[in-house]
Amino acid sequence: MRYEAPDTIDAAIAILAAEDGIARVLAGGTDLLVQIRSDMIEPDLVVDIKNINSMRSITPENGGYRIGGAVSCAEMGEHADLCAQWPGVVEAAELIGSTQVQGRATMTGNLCNCGPAADSVPAMVAAEAIATIVGPNGRRDIPVEDMPVAPGKSSLTKGEIVESVFLPARPERSGDAYLRFIPRTEMDIAVVGVGISLTLDGHGTCTHARVGLGAVAATVLLVDDAAKALIGTRVDDAALDKLAAATSAACKPINDKRGTIEFRTKVAGVLAQRVAKIALDRAGK
Amino acid sequence: MTHSSDFNAEKASNLKVIGTRPARPDGVDKVTGRARFGADMNLPGQLVGRILRSPHPHAIIKSIDTSAAEALDGVKAVVTRDDFAENPDNHAVLCNVMAREKALYEGHTVAAVAASTATIARKALKLINVDYEPLPHVTDVDAAMQPDAPVLHDTIFTSGVDPVPTIPSNIVARCEFGHGDVEAGFAKADIIVERELKTAATHQGYIEPHACVASVSTDGMSELWCCTQGHFDDRKICAALLGIDVSRLRVTASEIGGGFGGKTTVFIEPVALALSRKAGRPVKIVMSREEVFKASGPTASTSMRVKIGVTNDGRMTACDGEFRLQGGAFEGSPFDSAAMTAFACYDLENVKSVAFDVVVNRPKGAAYRAPGAPMSVYGVESVVDEVALKIGMDPIEFRLKNAVRDGSQSSYGPKFGPNGLVETLEAAKAHPQYKTPLGPNQGRGIASGFWFNYGGETCSNLNINADGTVTLAVGTPDIGGSRASMCMMAAEELGIPYDSVRATVVDTGALGFNEGSYGSRVTYASGLAIINAAQQAITEMCKRASMMWDIPADAVTWEDGYAKPSGANAGEFEPMSLAEIAAIAANTGGPIAGHREHNADSAGISFGTHIVDTEVDPETGRVDVLRYTVIQDAGKAIHPDYVEGQFQGGAVQGIGWALNEEYIYGDDGKLQNAGFLDYRVPVASDLPMIDTVIVEVPNPGHPYGVRGVGETGIVPPLAAVANSVSAAAGVRLSELPMSPPRVLKAMDDAKQAAE
Ligand SMILES: Cc1cc2nc3c(=O)[nH]c(=O)nc-3n(C[C@H](O)[C@H](O)[C@H](O)COP(=O)(O)OP(=O)(O)OC[C@H]3O[C@@H](n4cnc5c(N)ncnc54)[C@H](O)[C@@H]3O)c2cc1C
Repeated sequence: MRYEAPDTIDAAIAILAAEDGIARVLAGGTDLLVQIRSDMIEPDLVVDIKNINSMRSITPENGGYRIGGAVSCAEMGEHADLCAQWPGVVEAAELIGSTQVQGRATMTGNLCNCGPAADSVPAMVAAEAIATIVGPNGRRDIPVEDMPVAPGKSSLTKGEIVESVFLPARPERSGDAYLRFIPRTEMDIAVVGVGISLTLDGHGTCTHARVGLGAVAATVLLVDDAAKALIGTRVDDAALDKLAAATSAACKPINDKRGTIEFRTKVAGVLAQRVAKIALDRAGK
Repeated sequence: MTHSSDFNAEKASNLKVIGTRPARPDGVDKVTGRARFGADMNLPGQLVGRILRSPHPHAIIKSIDTSAAEALDGVKAVVTRDDFAENPDNHAVLCNVMAREKALYEGHTVAAVAASTATIARKALKLINVDYEPLPHVTDVDAAMQPDAPVLHDTIFTSGVDPVPTIPSNIVARCEFGHGDVEAGFAKADIIVERELKTAATHQGYIEPHACVASVSTDGMSELWCCTQGHFDDRKICAALLGIDVSRLRVTASEIGGGFGGKTTVFIEPVALALSRKAGRPVKIVMSREEVFKASGPTASTSMRVKIGVTNDGRMTACDGEFRLQGGAFEGSPFDSAAMTAFACYDLENVKSVAFDVVVNRPKGAAYRAPGAPMSVYGVESVVDEVALKIGMDPIEFRLKNAVRDGSQSSYGPKFGPNGLVETLEAAKAHPQYKTPLGPNQGRGIASGFWFNYGGETCSNLNINADGTVTLAVGTPDIGGSRASMCMMAAEELGIPYDSVRATVVDTGALGFNEGSYGSRVTYASGLAIINAAQQAITEMCKRASMMWDIPADAVTWEDGYAKPSGANAGEFEPMSLAEIAAIAANTGGPIAGHREHNADSAGISFGTHIVDTEVDPETGRVDVLRYTVIQDAGKAIHPDYVEGQFQGGAVQGIGWALNEEYIYGDDGKLQNAGFLDYRVPVASDLPMIDTVIVEVPNPGHPYGVRGVGETGIVPPLAAVANSVSAAAGVRLSELPMSPPRVLKAMDDAKQAAE
């Protein structure tokens, strides 16, 4: 196995594009190294992106924030303005593993790994985040929900790297939140994860909402029907009941060692209600 | 000289070192990383050993072709079943260490290689060609007992039943304990509750995976370094499996990162020795976590039926239980101790306890703290909770009314001596936790539990050094702080400071046979040997002083670290300290030492009672442990920190067992969660501080009153947590683990049934 750590993204793309065997980008390595050590994959080439300076910063842009692909989750948590604007996304990133894992893990790695239960992804989906991709054929932007195509499989093509994730500006009276269900309190994988972002008008009526749903289907879902249950309401009990029903209805889970279909479907609705209440509270502040 | 193990009340009430909390001697090395665990040993020229494991849960191994692997550059040895001779005395261990005719579980060792690098070893494994003929499998204990179940061994004819069956089955044995007439007892009952319950198999979950380095020289002298709870036991079994003289195999125990019973047997050690013998080089094998889960020994899963009858005023009239335990692919589940401990807390006129040992296509089970007891006690204490609720009696009062006391007839045979069950119950009743009001969705659970405790074969040395310090040579690996306890007991007897004494766990060449560190026996049995060895050294030191003073040896006594003339008649001499006697030992007869070997047989039984408060999320079934108190009889706590640590550890492992830990098998007979991500032990943030109360009812068979404390702590928690969660959820749960999907379903089903 060859290990490369170039200091420009162009060099990284060139090295990746030239490899005939199995090539992998290494960000924090908290997924990749585990997969290598457990013999799940045997890459011929690993390209570390942590030496690429342009990918290591969080920069304000058009009222939003651009988060470099090699920024760790812990660095996100230390960025006060980012936390103030997108608390739900940051809290999702800070649920990943433990303090030690967050010192290494990146939100982009979480996205590119394409696990259905990835914690930061439903929150990013709710936030309308955009992934900026650079590759041998240039640059392109995609909504984050278009990244995973199947468990462990992304829509990236050979030689492509996610350079950054962009979180857009947001109107006043907006709030977002993320919660996951795990049997324990930490160091666990989501059995269900829900991210919600919403915006209120001056009268407290919800004008915009997005609901991201994780761990209940092959990929993270954007649930329009759940968002519709909130839009035009004051996010009252009736709206929350509709939200729960729409969220549960969107679930396409499997029975596995982590939970039954019945359990996941029900808990998705329960979590959606709890998340909406937190987002509502944040939007009102 | 004669050694007394009788309780000495005067001594026990005048202890100076015992009962204090000095810093542990192994602490600094452990927190700085200097301590050497199993995988930390390396020898010059060492090879990497790797194991090929069966992908099938049950298959005939028709042939194994190792030629391509042997031809690979860098491969120095390959071993299979052909490298181990049949061994009738140790058949099950042999077959488990290296599969013979059949692979009996997914992960069963089929071959092993030793190569110069890990990469080559991995490649070599892929080149070994095994021709399997897969067979139908069974992993569930109840399914394995059915007449049409696939049979693992055609040599098993259920023992303990009359007549002995003529066709083989998976039921190895049946045992029965009890007395009285349960039918007559049930006839006297006002209320009878009968339940079927289940528990999942769990793993001891030690942080350190099994690891060893073996080195066999061309003349057959062999060395083995490994993480183990019993290196003398390892020597015995490895020597037998490899046909080596015991005298030619020296085993050294490394520091150990947890064992809990799971490191009382061998898995990789004989394989490493066989590889080293073949390769002529040292071989190191370190298990991965996946291998630990799939191929070391978890505990049994169980299914059981418990029936208890009581009068309206809370007297138990009859208890009847049937306990079915699978112990993996070979005989030896702890079915008998499950049956014996099940009703041990209760003074009963009529009791019957039957258990079955069953084999299934799972890894061979190993001991796990109080083997068998947590499960059967879970069943019994769940039903006890239910009957107490039904008759409207406080669960502690109910237990007090039926508890065994000094002189009670035990449910499994012997009469009990002095014991602390009632004291733990009284302490529970008086504990602030028991009086704290509960909020909505919260529940409180109580359970008591029993463990026998063990003594066994033990041999220890105590050496007085010329500078007045003392070194101890102990043969039981330190798995719970025993080096500190040994030093404290030696210091107490000799009358010198704790800091002057150091203990080493020595290799098998240095002492006579020692059984391993299990059965809660170390502080009791090795400790008693150290106490006796100290007494022997004291006798010798008094003799040396008497020589100096030229008076009879029996005119000298030992007091607080000094030899003194026993009275005015003996003469007027300045007392001599241990250090002064040691300094001139060369002139008075040479080195001074004490030694003791014994088969300790006066271990004290132990009881405990746990209180746990939980809260259940009614919408998700998730359980939070809010508060937990362990109350247990320690007889006498030598080092209270360690005793509390044992209590807390038992409770935490029990909480894991009760809430989330389980071996999950697919229909394909394969383990689905061979890692800590999906095998969910509690993490620190899941737990409240576990409160402890040490009760001390002296063991009459120990001079200070010591009882073992290592195992009883895991006996009550399964039941205590189940009783608490059942109260919080408003529905009786009868299957462990009480994972959120199971709890939510039980609550939803109960709601539907009520509607
Ligand atoms: C102990 C532990 C606990 C964990 N707990 C959680 C948890 O609670 N929740 C959770 O969601 N995850 C968890 N994880 C998984 C993991 O930490 C996260 O998915 C993390 O966000 C991955 O980020 P990384 O930077 O380490 O990714 P890496 O491992 O470096 O990469 C992951 C994948 O993405 C690809 N990749 C990475 N960066 C890029 C890029 N810029 N462009 C293209 N491809 C890229 C890699 O090639 C690889 O395939 C845990 C892992 C561990 C070891």
